[in-house]
Amino acid sequence: MNRLFRRLLTLLLLPGAAIAQDSYGGQLHGNFQLDGQWYLRDEGIDPTGEFYPDERFLGQGYANFVYTDGDFSGGLRYENYQNVMLGFPEGYRGEGITYRYLQFKQDNLDVTVGSFYEQFGSGMVFRSYEERGLGYDNAMDGVRVKANLAKGVYLKGVLGRQRFYFEKSPGLLRGVDAEINLSERWHVLDSLGLRWTIGASYMSKYQRANDPFLVLPENVAAGGVRSQLMKGPWVLNTEFAYKANDPSADNGYIYKDGNGFIANLSYSKNGLGVIAGMKRIDNMSFRSDRNGSTIDMLVNYLSPTTEVHTYALPALYQYATQINGEEGIQLEANYRFKRKSKLGGKYGMLVSINYSAVQSIDKDYVATSNDTLRTLQGYYSDPMERGTIPYFHDLNFKISKKVNSSFKYNLTYLNLHYNRSVLEDGLGDEPMLSNPENIKTMDADVIVLETLFKVKSKHYLRNEFQLLSTQDDRGSMAMALIEYSIAPHWFFSVQDIYNYGNPDPDQKLHYPLASVVYTEGTSRFQLSYGRQQRGIFCVGGVCRVVPPSNGVSFSLTTSF
Amino acid sequence: MKNLFAAFAVTLFTVGMQAQQLPSTTLKTLDGKRVDIKDQISTEGPTVIGFWATWCKPCIKELTAFADYAIDLEEEYGAKVLAVSIDDTRNSSRVAPMVQGQGWEYTILLDENQDLKRNLGIVNVPFTLVLNAEGEVVWKHSGYSPGDEENLAEVVAKVARGESVEH
Repeated sequence: MNRLFRRLLTLLLLPGAAIAQDSYGGQLHGNFQLDGQWYLRDEGIDPTGEFYPDERFLGQGYANFVYTDGDFSGGLRYENYQNVMLGFPEGYRGEGITYRYLQFKQDNLDVTVGSFYEQFGSGMVFRSYEERGLGYDNAMDGVRVKANLAKGVYLKGVLGRQRFYFEKSPGLLRGVDAEINLSERWHVLDSLGLRWTIGASYMSKYQRANDPFLVLPENVAAGGVRSQLMKGPWVLNTEFAYKANDPSADNGYIYKDGNGFIANLSYSKNGLGVIAGMKRIDNMSFRSDRNGSTIDMLVNYLSPTTEVHTYALPALYQYATQINGEEGIQLEANYRFKRKSKLGGKYGMLVSINYSAVQSIDKDYVATSNDTLRTLQGYYSDPMERGTIPYFHDLNFKISKKVNSSFKYNLTYLNLHYNRSVLEDGLGDEPMLSNPENIKTMDADVIVLETLFKVKSKHYLRNEFQLLSTQDDRGSMAMALIEYSIAPHWFFSVQDIYNYGNPDPDQKLHYPLASVVYTEGTSRFQLSYGRQQRGIFCVGGVCRVVPPSNGVSFSLTTSF
Repeated sequence: MKNLFAAFAVTLFTVGMQAQQLPSTTLKTLDGKRVDIKDQISTEGPTVIGFWATWCKPCIKELTAFADYAIDLEEEYGAKVLAVSIDDTRNSSRVAPMVQGQGWEYTILLDENQDLKRNLGIVNVPFTLVLNAEGEVVWKHSGYSPGDEENLAEVVAKVARGESVEH
């Protein structure tokens, strides 16, 4: 199959290249990234050497090629891990072509064979995507058909298996999604100032089962319905998903079904943006291998409804969605004080407030003595009851102001509550409910001041001062960062985090890090030297644990 | 395998020599309409396409810093700025409130499945492209450091005047 595919691609690309010589020809785009780190033994951050790699040097890279010519496109990606860098999933070992596809569009029909990324609605039922920085990739390999059947009616169908590092998931996926833009169909809605889109999706997985003790369902179905309603500055999004019973390593092989609900309402007008959202997830782990764990072979995507922080200290305590069950709310407001107003000054001022809280859902566990029912149901949950274990909360305020043409600042205050038992140790609700005194938490106040000075044209000096104050976990930390950039090529940065509040005197360490970046158009080369703290690295709400390290690292990226 | 790389080398070489057009890709507008990126670019003057996400701080800095320049460039040269958000469907509901709060006057488009990002071979956001009135990609830049907005403004002005631009 692979060989046939490559031949086909070659054949298709050659005439493509010939056409490209004409002025109306196809387009080839792509990118390349290479990362490497030479690790240094550092007894301060890693006294026993457990994180120090045998290889001393680890490097990995990939290149993507996408060729498009009118209604045709095709592409591939080559990946190489020699060996995979610390903090990435160890399943990435070796090299190969992990992604290749052909796609054509014709008469409202869009067909893809090979690898593809797709999602239904917000992804509660199905989302295949990649986040290369995290090593997350659950690309589908199979067939996808998209069709625009009638005005405003969009259908999608997918069939295939998901990527599992250099292999494929054992389970098959087959799904369909329909979206109807009612406003495109009925213009009467338009005249009422309403824009309304509804959708429904269905996804089924098949995985063979031959468990000696359990009769496992081989076919598991999930479905969802959604709506987006807009009127003037108001937008209301709602989505509900249901999943049939699916005993898995995640839920402890119980036969309970799962469900999820999200809703948010936003208002955006005249410099004011407000969004209020809520969600509830109950037993929504959905993988194309029932024995999968961590970030492997997830069929659906349950994004956290908390804010993603990018300042280094609050980013040490990021929230990750608890797929077995959670409920939460989020409120966010952004307001811009106008230019030349009293608070706005000459250039205006932006004020933001964000509050998010996530907790456990109500769970009434079946007694262990009742073995059969325990295995079948596990627990009962009442959606009207509140869960009692707080997982996370974040209350933050931000002010951004341009004072004059050469000075800007951002001031941020955060109050964080972080349940370490859940988010670091992955502890279930049951042991926490029976021993609430053993729950490890972290409460912190964080202040960040960021300033930007324009030294002269294209020369900028940026500083960050961060303070994370806490009695818990690793204790308080302070950080200072200085960056000097000369647009459009050079960028220099030096930073230090001082863990002055660590309860262990040997761990009151400094974490210095220096970097130089050179950018030339779409190519970027970065060289860094220093210590990195253990922590959780997140992109777009998905996180992975990163061990501490010390060394010289480089990164080269380019795109064409 | 050899054939494959030969094909790529030939394609790369020939395509690399000529100006690139945007690949036809469907995006969504903030009010839920599906549009083709090719129909969104200006034919009167240069178009700037900035890729961003609500969770990407350098992106927000870039779009904020460029906002003042964008107003001038639009007045003087008829330049158009498209801010393409790569937020997924869940986060894309945060796009409109954020845009309002930031006070940006850009045309906002949503690339929820990151199709355009992939078709253009973009690794990370922020990523900026400048197109001339013929719709050819004449300048690209990856990442953002303070001061890049000044450079971008110069590039757009040059493109509008029909001068050649270098990276």
